[in-house]
Amino acid sequence: MLSYVWLIPALPLLGVLVNATAGRWFGRRLVAAIASLAVGASFALASLVFVTMLGVPATALDGGNGREWTIPIFRWIVTGDLKVEARLLLDQVSILMTLVVTSVSTLVHIYSAAYMRGDEHYKRYFTWLNLFVFMMLVLVLGDSFLTMYIGWEGVGVCSYLLIGYWFERESAAEAAKKAFLVNRVGDFGFLLAILLIFSKVGSLAFQDVFPAASALAPAAATVISLLLFLGASAKSAQIPLYIWLPHAMEGPTPVSALIHAATMVTAGVYMVVRCYSLFERSGSALQWVAWIGVLTALFGATMAIVETDLKRILAYSTISQLGYMFLGAGVGTYTMGLFQLTTHAFYKALFFLCAGSVMHALGGETDIFKMGGLRKRLPWTWAACLVAVLSISGVPLFAGFFSKDEIMHLAFVEGNIALGVLALVTAGLSGFYGFRLFFVTFYGSPRVVERSRRSRQMRASSSERGAPSMVERAQGIHESPWLMLAPMLILAVLSVTSGYLGLPKVLGLGNAIDQFLHPAFSASTRSSLGEGASWTQWAVIGASLVETSIAITLAWWLYIRKWGTAERWSQSAGWLYNLISNKYYVDQAYERGVVQPLRALAAGLSSAVEARGIDGAVTGVGRFVSLAGEGLHRLNTGRTRQYALVLLAGAALIVSYLLLRSVLG
Amino acid sequence: MVPASYYLILAAILFVLGGIGVLIRRSALVMLMSVELMLAGANLTLVTYSRFLGKVDGQAFAFLVMAVAAAEVAVGLAIAVSLVRHKDTTDVDEIDPC
Repeated sequence: MLSYVWLIPALPLLGVLVNATAGRWFGRRLVAAIASLAVGASFALASLVFVTMLGVPATALDGGNGREWTIPIFRWIVTGDLKVEARLLLDQVSILMTLVVTSVSTLVHIYSAAYMRGDEHYKRYFTWLNLFVFMMLVLVLGDSFLTMYIGWEGVGVCSYLLIGYWFERESAAEAAKKAFLVNRVGDFGFLLAILLIFSKVGSLAFQDVFPAASALAPAAATVISLLLFLGASAKSAQIPLYIWLPHAMEGPTPVSALIHAATMVTAGVYMVVRCYSLFERSGSALQWVAWIGVLTALFGATMAIVETDLKRILAYSTISQLGYMFLGAGVGTYTMGLFQLTTHAFYKALFFLCAGSVMHALGGETDIFKMGGLRKRLPWTWAACLVAVLSISGVPLFAGFFSKDEIMHLAFVEGNIALGVLALVTAGLSGFYGFRLFFVTFYGSPRVVERSRRSRQMRASSSERGAPSMVERAQGIHESPWLMLAPMLILAVLSVTSGYLGLPKVLGLGNAIDQFLHPAFSASTRSSLGEGASWTQWAVIGASLVETSIAITLAWWLYIRKWGTAERWSQSAGWLYNLISNKYYVDQAYERGVVQPLRALAAGLSSAVEARGIDGAVTGVGRFVSLAGEGLHRLNTGRTRQYALVLLAGAALIVSYLLLRSVLG
Repeated sequence: MVPASYYLILAAILFVLGGIGVLIRRSALVMLMSVELMLAGANLTLVTYSRFLGKVDGQAFAFLVMAVAAAEVAVGLAIAVSLVRHKDTTDVDEIDPC
């Protein structure tokens, strides 16, 4: 089975090659089918590998991790002593990531086949989507920092391309640029970390670096870890580099579901978890991860509460949920961070696909206050969305409940009270923004009719968000086709069932995902599920339940019972509302603090250094030559005897110098 | 035996005479002849040292110089002839290149 592992990333690449080269002769259905099949086949392979892996004992004969293999592919770089092999690393963490990536990708590909049907550049879309899957698989399966970096940059490029998929729209092009530039900051940190690792350890392969981590000086480990985390915080939209993710919603909705919710943005979490030995060696770096994570979770959730754009609410929610994952990893419980990653991938992808379905029905509308009353019109979407909301709010029996409560519990036990309290507060906020979105979109009086008529009138205007083609087809509100609903329903099932992989310890049942992943962290000093007394877990579950019910009731009261109260409240607490709805003025602060100084610096450099320095040097050389020529041309008199005199005088000078030297010694 | 200094002084006199000739005469023909005189002075120096140091290098050089001088005269006289044809003069001050 191991010899076929390379096919998992290779199949999507094959899809890219086929669709990019021969796609022009294919019909739209064939292009979509090739792309979906390529990813689906790689999911099937990954499942087979996973099943095979389960058949192997988890503990090797020497006591190490028995389910870890490195699979050589080819010799990549050979120069002198430096030899870099391209290899895949197959272990519990990478197979989990592979399963999540390929399963969500397959569903999103199928969904896209219907969602993007009217789009003109169908082939380009599927080629890039396949390329993304390939790069993501390289990222999670690579066995060295170098391979990981390739994948890391590759998914960044695909993210850029797909955010700017409708690049004719100014805002989409700007958003793509923003995402790319912000990610460059993080990538720079990652690259510096890689160089530091190479200079300290002399190798980039995981199997060399991680055992050597314990020999590193703690200070060096801290610097490396924080640089790695800088990279992770850009890719995974954490403070202070989260600003690109809300804008990334300019891309097509399936792209947001796949890249900006389920897979790419979790790459940072994966990286931190993968490099746990470096972070543990440093000690303080893990604290940073936990604190940044919990603060981002809180921060993102507050912004999601006041946002009115359907997709951006989900974007802030993603930022918030990613914060939970970092919190889980930061307190040393990597398995639970990955558990949250898995459940979140399913329920957030589901949420985005529901949003896509709603937008599809409404001709690209994204303002939730221009929706309402959709429950009867979109029953299937309503049901799927309900599952997603229940899951994200942490209602018991749904996936989010299990993963989030486990992390909150561990934040108390492994971290400290402050971390736990902040995580608990955020859980309440999640419930509120989730149900706010749900109630405003699907209940109340329909506020959509007038709008959709208007949107049909404004059909020609390109300012409409969403696929231009979708506006064309918006002939009234209609449920999405089965090709879109089926992936949503599968994801809904996964959103419920995936939670049961990690049952809370207090129930006395096994935590399957922890048991499965645990051997991958056998070298960790911290990764055991909390030994804390079970009453803390009951307390956390109880507190989060109370909080979530209050949040849901409040959302119900504000947005169904007493429509309009929310508006009055936001007016009476104007300054707070303004602060949050302006995203804490972070964008403005970046504009003032980073963008404008950089622009000023560039302008200064272009006028001073470029014009006077570099250009000055070039024109200076030219002017010197022409001046020198002007001076020298006076010697060119044309008088033969003058030349002869100069010649003789020169010869005489040389001779007298030689004579004088020999006489004076 | 005549001391080497005699030969060298004679050579210097020849060279300086030639140099003065080049500098003060205007006729291109006379200037060419003066250059020949300078070459003769240099040749004499070469041959003198060759004789007194007992090495043939100087004489070989002298032959080379003669060959060059012959070539130079051939070219120089040709230039002088065409000067006369085009400008009707051999006075170097009158043949302004501009």
